[in-house]
Amino acid sequence: MASEQQLSAIKGAKVLMVGAGGIGCELLKTLALSGFKDIHIIDMDTIEVSNLNRQFLFRQSHVGQSKAKVAREAVLKFRPHISITPYHANVKDPDFNVDFFKQFNVVLNGLDNLDARRHVNRLCLAAGVPLVESGTTGFLGQVTVHVKGRSECYECQPKPAPKTYPVCTITSTPSKFVHCIVWAKDLLFVKLFGDKNQENDLNVRSSDASSSSQQVEDAFERGKDEDIEQYGRRVYDHVFGYNIELALSNEETWKNRNRPRPIYMKDVIPIELIHRNGNQVKSSVDGDSSSVSAMSSLGLKNPQDLWSLKENSTIFLEALKLFFLKREKEIGNLCFDKDDQLAVEFVTAAANIRASSFGIPLHSLFEAKGIAGNIVHAVATTNAIIAGLIVIEAIKVLQNDIKNYRMTYCLEHPTRKMLLMPVEPFEPNKSCYVCSETPLTLEINTNRSKLRDLVDKIVKSKLGMSLPLIMHGSDLLYEVGDDLDKDEVANYAANLEKVLSGLPPPVMGGTILTVEDLQQELKCSINIKHREEFDEEKEPDGMILSGWTQPPAVEKNGKTSIDNGESTSSASQATSLETEVDDDLQIIPVQTGKKRKFLDIASSDNLSVTKETKIKRKAEEIDGNKDFVMLDDENSENSKKKGEQ
Amino acid sequence: MDGEELTEQETALYDRQIRVWGADAQRRLSKSHILISGLKGTVIEFCKNIVLAGVGSVTLNDDRIVTEELLSANFLIPSDENVYSGKTLAELCCDSLKDFNPMVRVSVEKGGSCFHNLLCRELSNFHVDFFNKFDAVVISSCSLLTKKTVNEMCRKLLKRTAFYTVDCRDSCGEIFVDLQNYIYSKKKGDETVECLLEYPSFEEAVSVPWRSLPRRVSKLYLAMRVIEKFEELEGRIPGETSAADLLNVQKLRKELCDTHSVDESQIPDALLERLLEGTREFPPVCAIVGGILGQEVIKAISGKGDPLKNFFFFDATDGKGIIEDIHKQKAEG
Repeated sequence: MASEQQLSAIKGAKVLMVGAGGIGCELLKTLALSGFKDIHIIDMDTIEVSNLNRQFLFRQSHVGQSKAKVAREAVLKFRPHISITPYHANVKDPDFNVDFFKQFNVVLNGLDNLDARRHVNRLCLAAGVPLVESGTTGFLGQVTVHVKGRSECYECQPKPAPKTYPVCTITSTPSKFVHCIVWAKDLLFVKLFGDKNQENDLNVRSSDASSSSQQVEDAFERGKDEDIEQYGRRVYDHVFGYNIELALSNEETWKNRNRPRPIYMKDVIPIELIHRNGNQVKSSVDGDSSSVSAMSSLGLKNPQDLWSLKENSTIFLEALKLFFLKREKEIGNLCFDKDDQLAVEFVTAAANIRASSFGIPLHSLFEAKGIAGNIVHAVATTNAIIAGLIVIEAIKVLQNDIKNYRMTYCLEHPTRKMLLMPVEPFEPNKSCYVCSETPLTLEINTNRSKLRDLVDKIVKSKLGMSLPLIMHGSDLLYEVGDDLDKDEVANYAANLEKVLSGLPPPVMGGTILTVEDLQQELKCSINIKHREEFDEEKEPDGMILSGWTQPPAVEKNGKTSIDNGESTSSASQATSLETEVDDDLQIIPVQTGKKRKFLDIASSDNLSVTKETKIKRKAEEIDGNKDFVMLDDENSENSKKKGEQ
Repeated sequence: MDGEELTEQETALYDRQIRVWGADAQRRLSKSHILISGLKGTVIEFCKNIVLAGVGSVTLNDDRIVTEELLSANFLIPSDENVYSGKTLAELCCDSLKDFNPMVRVSVEKGGSCFHNLLCRELSNFHVDFFNKFDAVVISSCSLLTKKTVNEMCRKLLKRTAFYTVDCRDSCGEIFVDLQNYIYSKKKGDETVECLLEYPSFEEAVSVPWRSLPRRVSKLYLAMRVIEKFEELEGRIPGETSAADLLNVQKLRKELCDTHSVDESQIPDALLERLLEGTREFPPVCAIVGGILGQEVIKAISGKGDPLKNFFFFDATDGKGIIEDIHKQKAEG
């Protein structure tokens, strides 16, 4: 039961919830039951079927409706006299500015992506409003408290860098199933059904100069009157047969690797059989185009089954045909979507055929979908527990009970008898570029990189600014906003295409740029350092930013890894164009002896359209220090702890 | 299991959780039957969790008439007196739980729990055969005697029926688990090894002499035993205590501590006072303890994951969620 002081703090509080998903539903319910009377809730999402197993405020009949609005209606049924204000909107909308945030006593995050988390963190810092942050994946979860000047901000700790794969691993030397998925989804699928103008590394770079690139391009063009059957076979033979032969011709590559096996359609499915399948397609053509499925037209039912090479090849051909016969209008504009059954079928089949070729174990459609869609594992219980912990911290924040703030980890396996492990919050990181004023350093080739590269790769992607303004001394180089006049817009657009040293005034080694986001009220300085060369594979951005939350050296330590199930480990390595990630999780500490260890478990961040990737499981070690308080007084032999009551 | 496949509808609805515990576990869940008695806030949270998880059936037992206090941490019942007039707590909860997941059968079993009749032996009035239908039995707001009796009945059944008790007071919660002899497979590196856990019954666990409890055992464990004993001696309805009882409870504490030769400081006054006074539930603690309980029942039914053995304690004031393994030492026979 809450004490009188707690109750009065709760009753008088105005809280903002960001996110009405897995954690959000649980949180809204627990806030309402606990006596909160004025709750605002922002969520841009609409309800999907796969939400219903845990987002218990929603029903089948709500699919397609606003999460924030439906959640409000559901809670008012059992607590009709409280005020819940829903916003079916993106928290990054300019309406939710610093003044908007200032009206709240505390902000509670139940978000699913790094981008929005960083944005809310900055607004909370700017508005001086405490933030309770949370995340879950499977049975793991965490709750942290961020109060400006008192505890670290959300960005004080390095966030693991998104996983990317070297291009050649994907195009030529895959060794894991995820490499095949990336190839099938980001290269082959895009080549066949997506934007034809997009740069695409699908074709193996041939050492043989005689095969002109024009010829190679033609392999994917369907001839004017070409039979769809024949086209499918041609594509199949080109990517799984010819391209592999081409790659094999480069002996150097295979010195220390298993040689892949070229696969041709005629060896997998006899030609008569293909024709029979062709007839099946015709019979399936009459259905509803939104539910087109190669699996169902071939009579395969269970998504958990492992298909043989032959089945995969049949699905490949069938799915390709169905795209051309039933969804021809979309071809050229398709993006992979994990909820697009036919796309998932095509990608699964293509990835499996490639996997066979490279001697990599095959996977079921269910598994492939998880990897390709970066699907996060989510259960109701963890979200309920985390929501309870958020409310407990929120009440402490409202009472300004600083000494009792805790970050709490929900663990799958007990650590020193604990399943729920509270830890004292850390001090703010003095060199955090978000909550302190530490300058950043950018190594860049000022004669080659354009302002556009700097804006896209650094300011937006790494610093997470959405409405940036870039200044060189008192000169404005770049600005975004609705209130710009035509000349300004034209001027900035022109600047974007100029190399840094060609800007008025030129940006060169030694220049200090000021980058600012007016909405987030975040401002930082970047010292520019000119550098001539960058390693294409290791430094694909062609520039290096330092002094920000760069992940420290990673130490992979078997002992620190939490077994998070086999499916998680594969999913945690997937790259993806777009992901639906429910509730993510950043760091789990595991303490043994004097060291504090962090584990990043399947941390997943959805950076919408950009080619962002899910994060590989990493373990990092940080020396125990006196700021860290051990919570169990059992290990009294440990000198670097102090007891906590 | 039994080669039966999940339907397309199930695969779509349970997609995210199948990715956590696998299709086999989901199939086992969908064939399981759970009995739940005593529907206060923590148990309501638990009901929501397992109905969402997709168990086969849930049987609710609580004949109490709805009061404002019973609804303080209940989100299943609409705040409209017209809706709940004349219906029992279980009947009202049943209606809205059905709505959560149409694939789960939710029903009400009347009788057994006469919470307001002190002479009634509550749930233990049910015949042993009644419990035979269930894979897991969860009881709450029960007397010490009921806990022992129902636990013993579960142990007499031919098949293994998991037994749980859960209680929340103030901002504290306690879960007890009895899985009898539980065998499960566990991943160790690349290998799968079989593990056997031997659970004591509730009676066996609570009669372990305090001197032989694990070192630094949770103070909550001891405090809950004192209060449980107090309620039994006084013939109280479980949970119906107040600060006025402190003096008598302190006396009982002294007796028990003397018997067990442990220091009284192991059970601080402040803690006893909180537990006696805080009979109204604290919703965040209900969510946390109901969440842990849900997870444990799912683990036991699905055979996936290490189940906790055999007590769990949560106290919001320090934020720790602790597992205690309390059983008779083998050496002592």
